[in-house]
Amino acid sequence: MSGKLFRNFSFLSATLSFFILVGIFAVLFTYAQDAMHEFGFDFLFNETWEADEDDEGGIFGGFIPIIGTLLSTLIAMLIATPLAMGISIFLTEIASETIAKPVSIAIELLAAIPSIIYGMWGLFYFAPIVHDIFGGNGVGLLTAGIVLAIMIIPFMAAITRDSMNTTPQVLKESAYAMGATKFEVIKDVVMPYAKGGIIGSIILALGRALGETMAVAFLIGSVMSLPGKITDPTTSIPVLLANNFAEAQDLEMSSMYFLALILFVVSFFIISIAKFYFLGKPVKVKK
Amino acid sequence: MNRLLLNKIILVLSTLSAVIGIGFLFWILGTLSYKGISSIHWSTFANDLVEGGIRNLLVGQFTMALLASALAVPLGMMAGIYLREYGHGSKLASLIRNLSDIMMSAPSIVIGVFVFALFVDPFGGYNGYAGIIALAIMMIPIIISTTDNMLALVPKELREAGIALGGSKHKIILQIVIKAAKVGITTGVLLSFARIIGETAPLLFTSANNQFFTMDLSGQFPSLTVSIYNLATYPDSASRELAWAASFILTMIVLCINLIGRYAIRNKK
Repeated sequence: MSGKLFRNFSFLSATLSFFILVGIFAVLFTYAQDAMHEFGFDFLFNETWEADEDDEGGIFGGFIPIIGTLLSTLIAMLIATPLAMGISIFLTEIASETIAKPVSIAIELLAAIPSIIYGMWGLFYFAPIVHDIFGGNGVGLLTAGIVLAIMIIPFMAAITRDSMNTTPQVLKESAYAMGATKFEVIKDVVMPYAKGGIIGSIILALGRALGETMAVAFLIGSVMSLPGKITDPTTSIPVLLANNFAEAQDLEMSSMYFLALILFVVSFFIISIAKFYFLGKPVKVKK
Repeated sequence: MNRLLLNKIILVLSTLSAVIGIGFLFWILGTLSYKGISSIHWSTFANDLVEGGIRNLLVGQFTMALLASALAVPLGMMAGIYLREYGHGSKLASLIRNLSDIMMSAPSIVIGVFVFALFVDPFGGYNGYAGIIALAIMMIPIIISTTDNMLALVPKELREAGIALGGSKHKIILQIVIKAAKVGITTGVLLSFARIIGETAPLLFTSANNQFFTMDLSGQFPSLTVSIYNLATYPDSASRELAWAASFILTMIVLCINLIGRYAIRNKK
């Protein structure tokens, strides 16, 4: 293979990821046109999702799946953030090398388990527990949020641990020499030093939770209604797509594309903010 | 004394979080092994889904993941080579690097929707090719980033030595730089393979599923993960048992590939 050919092929491969990203945006935008024209901005706040009898038209609004996505993500973030911070503190400041290593691997294996396994386990083992403690029928916002939290903890913990590890030893030692306790060193030296990485990891995990499909599909209940209580079943954008996208017709299909576009654009901005504003350059998750 | 007490509380809580994290891992793996192993019989591997086994599903899932890798690994590696060896420092390269980073975290269901619009809808139905393309789209950004990062670790002196020997740029890349980064790139390929073989969402409405054994990629293609999703929601206990067996096998495959990948890295370092 000549050098020029090799170079051109590598250039084309590199531009491919650009075209895929632009392609996704363009395709979703094009197919969402019908729904955009029909419902406009109100799509975001309308809670009706009803097809006409002839399956050709209907009224479709994204409010319920949008709220379901936001609430399940919010629950997951509230649970996952303190736990992930605790784990990173344990790994970087408390555990000795011989303990930290296997714990690190265990946490990373938790991240490798496919999301469908979380869903299935959650449905048969975790939902009954939520049902016993909080009432409701087991599946719903709370169950989805908790299992979602377990899924994103490893990502958050891995990035936070890596950025906490970059704190110079000298800084910590000086604080200890002043008589600071471990917690004070973590709070006043490590946390401020690793702030960018920590916030970045939280936002990145947020982006992940918003787009998570399979685990939530098992657990959120997949019902098109607003949750009145935290244990009520509802639905989310990815779950609605997973269950109903392929069977939808015309305007309903277009509304699904609209929802996919909303999810894609929101994730795009969240990930961009996390990666380029807080994390600077991509932090490698594996060690 | 108050601050010492606070210190103790925080340290205990942190340790507790780690215990909780590991607790969940063992809880999940424990129930999975308990339910999975007791549901596995010889017929599980010998039969296809239609007869209550997962033979066609395993073959189908691996076929799609391997073909997706065959597509994504060369493209991703070439793109990584461009970013690091040819375009490094240019505006275009850094734009592509950033976009590829974003793609790495894009919701997988949206990739499924995208592939449906381009490769399922116009061709009149679910097909294996669409599933492969969806998986490849998920894999390419991971391979790009691994290649890019691993090539960055190769010392400049190696490239200079190649130049001094009169090697042309692409020969230096292929015969010196790639070889030096081989272990790291292999690990990245293994880890990304482990990730896509467990994917469900991008397959749901691209390749969908098939109860029968088939190697025909132009029609619906059998998938282990999509089957788990379907089987778990059936009310009969035989379907659920099969779902547990399939989940256990899938998890073991994913975790083994992961551990092999990590072991490869450690041996080199």
